[in-house]
Amino acid sequence: MNQSNKKTIIMFSGELDKAMAGLIIANGAAAMGDEVTMFFTFWGLNVLRKPEKITVKKGLLEAMFGWMMPRGVNKLGLSKMNFGGAGATMMKKIMRDKKVNSLQELIDQALALGVKMVVCTMSMDVMGLHKEELIDGLEYAGVATYLGEADEAGVNLFI
Amino acid sequence: MMAEYEINARGLQCPGPIVKLFNQSKLAQPGDVIKIEVTDHGFTKDVVAWCKKSGWELVDMQEENNVIRATLRKN
Repeated sequence: MNQSNKKTIIMFSGELDKAMAGLIIANGAAAMGDEVTMFFTFWGLNVLRKPEKITVKKGLLEAMFGWMMPRGVNKLGLSKMNFGGAGATMMKKIMRDKKVNSLQELIDQALALGVKMVVCTMSMDVMGLHKEELIDGLEYAGVATYLGEADEAGVNLFI
Repeated sequence: MMAEYEINARGLQCPGPIVKLFNQSKLAQPGDVIKIEVTDHGFTKDVVAWCKKSGWELVDMQEENNVIRATLRKN
């Protein structure tokens, strides 16, 4: 049997639960010895935003997008039962109590394990997010890079 | 000289135990042994899958008082 040791994950969503699911799979795959590439696109970019406010020159619409979207892992809501953020707060407490790694820890661990995180530059442009506003350790590319990696991967997920 | 490593992964949730196991396994030579203690129940199946994938041998696995103790050897 010809087994691929590569996994690709498209991170499209900007919610805490979905981002955690993707990152847990990425960390698990890396721990199985796989080469993992995660492609962050559209709302997934918010997972990678720095928590602090970064001053970058933007147009009005870009700036509005920036204000309205969650800034980083601690501001993400849940995809279900969010209740204006109360759900996410409760979920985070439960996960802390049960010693589940936080999303930030999962991202740090994934990068330490060599998981590649690639950001869709088109999405950045559309959503008005600049490199300075995103965490360190990322790569920037387009759909061809994703397709090239996905061709070689045995598993490809869209989250 | 065969080395023996011990990992305490008690209290860690998935994927913590296999990440710890993987990080330790990178330092091991053929013949080396890792003993790991885990409280996450999914680990009993996960460690089998991890061994199959990585080529390690699962020498022994026991569960007592909700603690899983597994012994693995690098081939």
